Amino acid sequence: MNYRKGEKIMLYKKKLPLLIFLLPGLLLMLIFLFEPFIENIINSFYDMKSVIRLPGQEWKFIAFDNYKKMFSDPKVKIAIMNSLKMMILAVVFQVGIAFVLAVLVSLIKKGQNIFRTVYFFPIVISATAIGLLFQLFYNYKGGMLNQLLKALDVPAINWLSVENAFKMVSIPIIWSYVGFYFVIILTGLNAISDDIYEAAAIDGCPKFKQVFYITIPLIRGAMTTCVTLAVTGALKVFDLPWVIVPKGAPQGTTHFLGTYMYEQTFTISNIDYGSTIAFLIVILGVVVSKLVSKLMRPDANL
Amino acid sequence: MSVKNKKKKKIKISDIIIYAFLTLWGLTTVFPFVWIINNSFKPSREVVNSSFSLPLQFTWENYLNAFSKLDILEAYKNSLLISGSVTLGVMVLASMMAFALTRYQFRGRELVLSLIMASLMFPIFSTIIPVFKMMSNFNLINKSVSVILPQIAGNLSFAAIVMIGYMRDLPIEMEEAAYMEGAKVRQVFTRIIVPLCKPSLATVAIFCFLWSYNDLFTQLIMIRRRTKYPICALLNEISSKYGTDYGLMAASIAIIIIPVLIVYIFLQKNIIKGLTAGAIKG
Repeated sequence: MNYRKGEKIMLYKKKLPLLIFLLPGLLLMLIFLFEPFIENIINSFYDMKSVIRLPGQEWKFIAFDNYKKMFSDPKVKIAIMNSLKMMILAVVFQVGIAFVLAVLVSLIKKGQNIFRTVYFFPIVISATAIGLLFQLFYNYKGGMLNQLLKALDVPAINWLSVENAFKMVSIPIIWSYVGFYFVIILTGLNAISDDIYEAAAIDGCPKFKQVFYITIPLIRGAMTTCVTLAVTGALKVFDLPWVIVPKGAPQGTTHFLGTYMYEQTFTISNIDYGSTIAFLIVILGVVVSKLVSKLMRPDANL
Repeated sequence: MSVKNKKKKKIKISDIIIYAFLTLWGLTTVFPFVWIINNSFKPSREVVNSSFSLPLQFTWENYLNAFSKLDILEAYKNSLLISGSVTLGVMVLASMMAFALTRYQFRGRELVLSLIMASLMFPIFSTIIPVFKMMSNFNLINKSVSVILPQIAGNLSFAAIVMIGYMRDLPIEMEEAAYMEGAKVRQVFTRIIVPLCKPSLATVAIFCFLWSYNDLFTQLIMIRRRTKYPICALLNEISSKYGTDYGLMAASIAIIIIPVLIVYIFLQKNIIKGLTAGAIKG
């Protein structure tokens, strides 16, 4: 990439303005991102008694104790499994449904805008509000779903029981973000020149086949963006499960890494352990996004 | 002739199937919001028994209840203050940084750029505990600034990348001409660069505002006093406090959704373009 436009003209020779422009933002990032990030890693190796070290208080260096604890903690295992399951669900359903919808919308002539507006809408609504809404759907007594069942003469179901809770929480998580990926993919589809499709049609390639031979290969870049955002997004899930099934209810079965980290740190005050889980989230994020770009190779010429 | 007709008919049928399918998904995104607004005008008893019909006993009770029991207006004020400041802060700082990084040649620029890229991989979880410590050290917990500053920092790297991508491609001739006429760097920035960057600034603004407004996590951690709650923190409390009063719940959700809905209808083109342009570049 070429960032070096400025060196050509004299205007940008003096360096004092550079500092004035660059430093405020950079300082803010150092104070609120980089320093805390490093401090958080260091914290994970200490036995912290409280968030702030009180005078005279000694924090014991415990090396990898937190990490050992983490790998034998059954609740962490549940949280990791839920987060990984969420990633797979996000790629298959979020990106999958978005792809199907985008291809279909690109085939029609009238109403593209209406569908785009309607599909995108849930994204601007806060996950907290969506969570409360789904609570009203799932409630055992008088919830929307059980009213439906009653109308059909089917006995009421406990939608947030141990067996159902994870499924029911993942539905709004997936549903609310389909529109986001839909718009990214649709933008990619619209960038494909009509000439290619026309040429294919002249050569006798049916519309259905065009999807596989033209569309999919040509939007690999947009698809990689979507898959990367979907898997890293799945690691950042917090609001919806926290509102619908607070604290991993029932019995910690719906904990995600984010909610478990929050609970350990801010309700149980196990701060160093929370730091350790937070660092695990970073590592998983780096690993999965590296994996996605390896697998999908967005820049390769196939 | 008959062959031609047949072909026409075939296309129509496939179109109908496509529209039906697309409408079906459209219904899933519209239905929940219609359902909630419809039920917000019913007494709780009716929500529990017949949530699908129009209100039999139309009532404003839930709304009056919501405004008297919950400090919704106050929460709106808190949220607007926080998210407005975050948006403004990010717009100013990100465009300044992008200006420095695209126009100046200096040692360490590559390092700064890679720091910015790297920070995209830091989820909020990995920085929040030390930031919380810092805020309690300075007695800033429960103050808006304890949410504003970390949110600005958290959005800055994304915003800087969007701005760099846009600024890099601006033609430099205007700046050259301005320099010939004796303009200072500050003037070039405020009079030439910023006005030219309006589209990408809009992207950044919309994204930051929504992200900050909807971020429950930071609000929960930093703001612990009820009178200081922003919208999301207040909503979160509603469910634990009034979770059995379905009418009140529906009205509270509707109160939160309706303003966003109105803004969305007016700005939807910009919002959709902005969010995706940002995501693709980011």
